[in-house]
Amino acid sequence: MGVGIEVKDLNAWYGKNLSLKSINMTVPANHVTAVIGPSGCGKSTFVRCLNRMHETIPDARAEGTVKVGEMEVYGDADPVDVRRRIGMVFQKPNPFPTMSIYGNVAAGLKLNGFRNRKQMDELVERSLKLAALWDEVKDNLHKKSGASLSGGQQQRLCIARALAVEPEVLLMDEPASALDPISTSKIEELIFQLKQHYTVVIVTHNMQQAARVAELTGFFLMGSLIEYDKTEKIFTNPADKRTEDYVTGRFG
Amino acid sequence: MHSMAPPVLKPISLWRRFANQGATAFAILTAILVLAPLMAIFIYLVIKGVGAINWDFLTKTPKPVGESGGGMANAIVGSGVILLISSLIGIPLGIGSGIYLAEYGRNRLGDMVRFTADVLNGVPSIVIGIAAYSLVVVPQKHFSALSGGVALGIMMIPTVARATEEMLLMVPNSIREAAFGLGIPKWRTTLSITLRTASAGVITGCMLAFARVAGETAPLLFTAFGNQFWNLNPNQPTAALPLQIFVYAISPFDEWHKQAWAGALILIIMIVGAVAAVRITTSRGRLKGA
Amino acid sequence: MGELPKPATSIPALAKVDAAKEHRKPIATVLEKIRQSHPSSSRIPDGIFRIIILLSAASVFAIVVLVVWELIAKSQLSLHQFGIKFFYGHDWDPVNGNFGAMPFIYGTLVSSFLALLLAVPLSVGVAVFITEMCPQGLRAIISFLVELLAAIPSVIYGLWAIFVLAPILRDYVEPFLGKVLGWTGFFSGPAYGLGMLAAGIILAIMIVPIIASITREVLVAVPQNQREAVLALGATRWEMIRMGVLRNARIGIVGGVILGLGRALGETMAVTMVIGNRPEIAKSLFAPGYTMASVIANEFSEATGDLYLSALVEIGLALFIVTLIVNALARLLVWSITGGQNVRANA
Repeated sequence: MGVGIEVKDLNAWYGKNLSLKSINMTVPANHVTAVIGPSGCGKSTFVRCLNRMHETIPDARAEGTVKVGEMEVYGDADPVDVRRRIGMVFQKPNPFPTMSIYGNVAAGLKLNGFRNRKQMDELVERSLKLAALWDEVKDNLHKKSGASLSGGQQQRLCIARALAVEPEVLLMDEPASALDPISTSKIEELIFQLKQHYTVVIVTHNMQQAARVAELTGFFLMGSLIEYDKTEKIFTNPADKRTEDYVTGRFG
Repeated sequence: MHSMAPPVLKPISLWRRFANQGATAFAILTAILVLAPLMAIFIYLVIKGVGAINWDFLTKTPKPVGESGGGMANAIVGSGVILLISSLIGIPLGIGSGIYLAEYGRNRLGDMVRFTADVLNGVPSIVIGIAAYSLVVVPQKHFSALSGGVALGIMMIPTVARATEEMLLMVPNSIREAAFGLGIPKWRTTLSITLRTASAGVITGCMLAFARVAGETAPLLFTAFGNQFWNLNPNQPTAALPLQIFVYAISPFDEWHKQAWAGALILIIMIVGAVAAVRITTSRGRLKGA
Repeated sequence: MGELPKPATSIPALAKVDAAKEHRKPIATVLEKIRQSHPSSSRIPDGIFRIIILLSAASVFAIVVLVVWELIAKSQLSLHQFGIKFFYGHDWDPVNGNFGAMPFIYGTLVSSFLALLLAVPLSVGVAVFITEMCPQGLRAIISFLVELLAAIPSVIYGLWAIFVLAPILRDYVEPFLGKVLGWTGFFSGPAYGLGMLAAGIILAIMIVPIIASITREVLVAVPQNQREAVLALGATRWEMIRMGVLRNARIGIVGGVILGLGRALGETMAVTMVIGNRPEIAKSLFAPGYTMASVIANEFSEATGDLYLSALVEIGLALFIVTLIVNALARLLVWSITGGQNVRANA
């Protein structure tokens, strides 16, 4: 089951540049929340702050309060622990080319000291089923490498890999932007299914996509969260003029 | 789907933390272990070498065995002669090959030349010495600076060729096309325009090749052979700095050991000077790219 | 619609241009003359230049062919006399005309593999340190220093090894090893300082820069998104390096190691100065030994008789072939990772 995320007064810097300004946002559990905005608005930065990936860039840092369920992400928590409990799928699919499909999905489990072979088999199968990839790869789990799949399949493999370690939250940074339309719609269907079990935050530059998959949408502009509301409202009757300008295509 | 309880994933185990810190410690240790001999060598060179470098050392020839004093002047000059010969062989052939590879050799034949140059690069220097012995010393029936220069020149070719090729390839095609468009013939374009644009990098390559062969001893053992006296005739056995260092180092005489350190210090100053000069000029962006 | 308008044959503006053209005629003819003169007058110089360049490139071929030719030709005597027995004969006896190269092959292999054993962990460690762990400012300095190690000539390594390394081995390291690990048989016998262990250590120091620099290049070539993928699963930094970087760079690292091996096999001066130069096969690393390159270095200029010389050349030929194969293998592996870019593996 997923948990909610509470963000209070989150600021983030790249070197001296303040790229996220005092973000306050509450993401409800088991919902899909979309984060939209023009290029450079900070939406990717925001999401990467949630699982402390932002600080892995040299000279980058973040301050503020992020609570994922009961866990204080920026408190005493070990970033390694944080990242295990929050899953991430990246824009460009990045399966491990030297590992088989099975190996890719099991990678996170192996890292965490999982040894029981039978349980791992079951978990790999479950994750691949959740990612709607099982039927396509079940005969080649150990024979094919992670990189030998098509783009859409690779991304679903990455989703399965992220899900295998049972995260409470799944972050997706423009997961379908490198994919063709058919793969994109498969991923979108998947996201819709996933929200039963997980809380999903998805960054997208594609407004139609946000409208299709997300219940809530947050609009970012120049590092600030301008408006955050039900997706319907954002797209049909936004409260802020800047939001309206963006969703009607006047800029961005 | 969500039938079983989620896998029991404990928070980061102590072992994983320990392994992480252990790996970091190991990596730092290796860096220290690698840099320590470097420091040690330079320190010893300075400590042991500086004492023995004096005016005599730089201007006199070796004294007979057992007597103190004397110097390595003939070896320093001899090295100069041998390196001059090697540069006269290695640099033109190297640059020529590099021009071929960049301007005429973007094809299968060029690949073969490139591969052959790589092969030549990997041949142990002592084997090159055997070849030079066979090709020059045997017909001439005596050792000579010439044969030493041939051996070292051969060794310079691959380095110079590769550097020249790389640098020429970095010159954008638009420059060549502009020259052709103005009616300048290919030979003129290549020499006066393309090569000149790449000149800083090519000079760098030549200096690196020079620095590399300046310290080579093995091929000279039976080509230049060495000489206790002054000799400027390239057709006679000639002293060379690395050779002299070797002979003195393995000798049983303390006096010669001291001079070996001094010679080594001079040699290393020359070589490191060349390498450092190369690094400084390239990192300051003096590579004339486009 | 009516007729198409006729082309203007005499638009006043165009007429002015035509008039101007009349003035430009002399200049035009000069330019024409130049343009016409270039094509033919440049063909010959272009051709000559092309030939000169082709000759330079051909010289590379010619040199390699000459080298191989001389090696084969001058070793014929020994090849015919001893045949294949040359390579497993234990006896190197110039006085009686008996030449067996096994002690040198043994010495070359043992010293080189000992060097690899020591150099590989050091090189990979340093490379990982520089690319994954080092603070940005230190990176350039440390990598410069490691490359400086490659610039030091072999004879200077040998000099330092005789007067600094060997005494340390003789007085501290070897007694210690003898006490603790003497029972294995690898660390027994008198501790001279000079010997196989010294040769292996100095060789290791000399090949670290090559292996480290290739390893660094392949590590840097691993895309950043691989590192992020591992981190996002909840990995420590070491786990990220292990699973996301080293794993992907495996093949290239092996290539670098093999290139280092190629260098170690052919290394002459430093090894000659510390290995003891005794053509014997011994189990203990404290014992003196002899390598293929060393015997050529020591005995070539003193070789009496054609058979002696021919035997030494045959050793040179063997060395050439072995390093050729090893280097080719290494290049293949490294190219498969870096996509055929020129990797600077020398100096």
